[in-house]
Amino acid sequence: MKLEIGNIFIKDIQFAAEAKLADGVLYVDKAALEKIVLEDETIKSVTFDIAKPGESVRITPVKDVIEPRVKVEGPGGIFPGIIAKVDTVGSGKTHVLKGMAVVTAGKIVGFQEGVIDMSGPGAKYTPFSETLNLVMVCEPVEGLKQHDYEKAVRLAGFRVAVALGELGRNVAPDETKVYETCGIKEGIEKYPDLPRVAYVQMLQSQGLLHDTYVYGVDAKKTLSTILWPTETMDGAIVSGNCVSACDKNPTYVHENNPVVEDLFAQHGKTLNFVCQIITNENVYLADKQRSSDWTAKMCRLLDLDGVIVSQEGFGNPDTDLIMNCKKIEAQGVKTVIITDEYAGRDGKSQSLADADAAADAVVTGGNANEVIVLPKMDKVIGTLDYVNKIAGASEETLQPDGSLVVELQVITGATNETGFIKLSAR
Amino acid sequence: MAKLRVVHYINQFFAQIGGEEKADYPAELRVGEVVGPGMALMQKFGDEAEIVATVVCGDSYFNENLDKATADILEMVKSQKPDVFVAGPAFNAGRYGVACGTIAAAVQEQLGIPSVTGMYVENPGADMFKTKVYIVSTRNSAAGMRDAVAKLAPLALKLGKGEPIGASVEEGYIPNGVRVNFFEKERGSARAVKMLIKKLAGKPFETEFPMPVFDRVAPNPAVKDMAHAKIALVTSGGIVPKGNPDHIESSSASHYGEYDIAGVMDLTAETYETAHGGYDPVYANADADRVLPVDVLRDMEKEGKIGELHHLYYATVGNGTAVASAKKFAAEFAQKLKADGVDAVILTST
Repeated sequence: MKLEIGNIFIKDIQFAAEAKLADGVLYVDKAALEKIVLEDETIKSVTFDIAKPGESVRITPVKDVIEPRVKVEGPGGIFPGIIAKVDTVGSGKTHVLKGMAVVTAGKIVGFQEGVIDMSGPGAKYTPFSETLNLVMVCEPVEGLKQHDYEKAVRLAGFRVAVALGELGRNVAPDETKVYETCGIKEGIEKYPDLPRVAYVQMLQSQGLLHDTYVYGVDAKKTLSTILWPTETMDGAIVSGNCVSACDKNPTYVHENNPVVEDLFAQHGKTLNFVCQIITNENVYLADKQRSSDWTAKMCRLLDLDGVIVSQEGFGNPDTDLIMNCKKIEAQGVKTVIITDEYAGRDGKSQSLADADAAADAVVTGGNANEVIVLPKMDKVIGTLDYVNKIAGASEETLQPDGSLVVELQVITGATNETGFIKLSAR
Repeated sequence: MAKLRVVHYINQFFAQIGGEEKADYPAELRVGEVVGPGMALMQKFGDEAEIVATVVCGDSYFNENLDKATADILEMVKSQKPDVFVAGPAFNAGRYGVACGTIAAAVQEQLGIPSVTGMYVENPGADMFKTKVYIVSTRNSAAGMRDAVAKLAPLALKLGKGEPIGASVEEGYIPNGVRVNFFEKERGSARAVKMLIKKLAGKPFETEFPMPVFDRVAPNPAVKDMAHAKIALVTSGGIVPKGNPDHIESSSASHYGEYDIAGVMDLTAETYETAHGGYDPVYANADADRVLPVDVLRDMEKEGKIGELHHLYYATVGNGTAVASAKKFAAEFAQKLKADGVDAVILTST
């Protein structure tokens, strides 16, 4: 399976009467996008804004971050089973609007949305302070329940991202990268001496607004399964969750999964990247047992030598992480797990809700409870009305001078558990 | 800015008084003297700090006269009014390590003067004192002096100036159980791939989070006579009276609430809600009995299946709340439950 990624570097975003992408500048037609958003009758209104790196801007409450892409060759389309038809993606050619993101915002739960600061001390904790962000704040119609609101905003974000991606269809990319893995037998023949490695990605599926979708299917209703690692680059996996902002995987992270990227970098050199295994993080014990059993079973069936396991969320999913690790190691397959920590504001508490001696190789994205002061920004996109209530905030969060005293937990992507960021702890 | 004042502690060996035969050398204050490893420290301090006095003490003397030696040395240190106290480094010398740890911890705790020492990770003093004072990780012999001083001096300066101390890997101290964030050079995924390649090749690798030892609680024996038992409800699901009067945080709760449900037969959307930020609140807000089953227990009370439902319930938010906080809350309200004659507790989570 071979996918060619053509990156078109976006240098600026501007509102304009006519939508186009020229010389690295994305011209956005607000009215046309508004129409696309309001196709959904449950959305009352939408406002668009642009946030650029270095600006004194705070975006909150952030729901999802999405990178616009377009499929220019090969079967299927971006976000299969959701926006495009359900054809298997991950081959052919895809153009990417690199350096920008669509950020969806709105008061959905009032608890589990995030903060993105485009400058100041908070900016270095979120990867999305470095992207040019087209922010869309969606207001629901009266009486819409949170889960329906979440769905409406989720899908509106994808529709907008796809519409923008389309503008890059006929633009020559600034950079092209090729990603290719092979079938089982072919891989063994081609790389007889290299260790066989897979990526086990745990998808947030606790339910009640903690969901992830694979080809449009709710991950909590799936069995552990296998993907070509390039499928995720075409939007096969999308975020539908409102977990603490620091360690949920926005759709952008699925599209640019760093474990996939970094395993590809070693593919054919120090290891043979066999496939991506996806598994869920359901709350019922029977589901946890089944999913981790199946994951370990596949690792053995594929004759793997090693896997990297990434988690999403914390607390309850810590048990899935440890089950996966223990059972995969018991199959004789070596593991490295990526997680983050909730060690308390003083860093002295137990970091995980579960542990096992088999988890002897851990990469950590840092302590999400660490407190940071985010100074006042000149402009807020969205609202600060709920900022005292989001996970990681407290009654005292919003200070009289407009600054926020918060845990890193509130910052989108701060302790990401796919290893998307450089933050760590010891 | 004036130079920081440093008092340095060393044993008889590093003061070049003698080896084992001189280990009974009593504690001695040498004002204005820089001795042995102090020279190397001074070099690293540059213009920022100076050793104003050196305390020399034999290892046997210290360990055999622990209380007196500690008290005497504390007086000596106090008299010099240092900004920071440095002991050792002790490398793998066991009694010296214990002496350095003991005195450094005492100076810090009793005099309030920041202290630092250094030793080999397997020195018995390391395990005894690593959670009390910063202990720079050194090699196992004095051949590692240069390397030890290179870490000890900057850490001493930071402590003396009251600057924030970074993570153990940045500063070079032995992990002390306090998790500190810092930025790595490479992103996590790249570190994971490197770690896996090492693990697959059977080469040594270093985990970023050593697995903790878990505190397992054995369940109590079953309650035999439920019909006469007083049952209480406790939840980490965040069920609170409407309006969250105690402002329990949606995540990382700093406290719990105690609420009276005397006469309450059913939790309704008008009277109760959840403060929990970890799940879709719609269903809990519509009917909080789903998380805190007051209605069912009232039925059981009526049917005589349980003796009574305790009139107080305790609630916090489990979402992202530190285990240490949860333990503290429970230790407190468990005493209240016991005092109120509660026989059993139903703990509900979400």
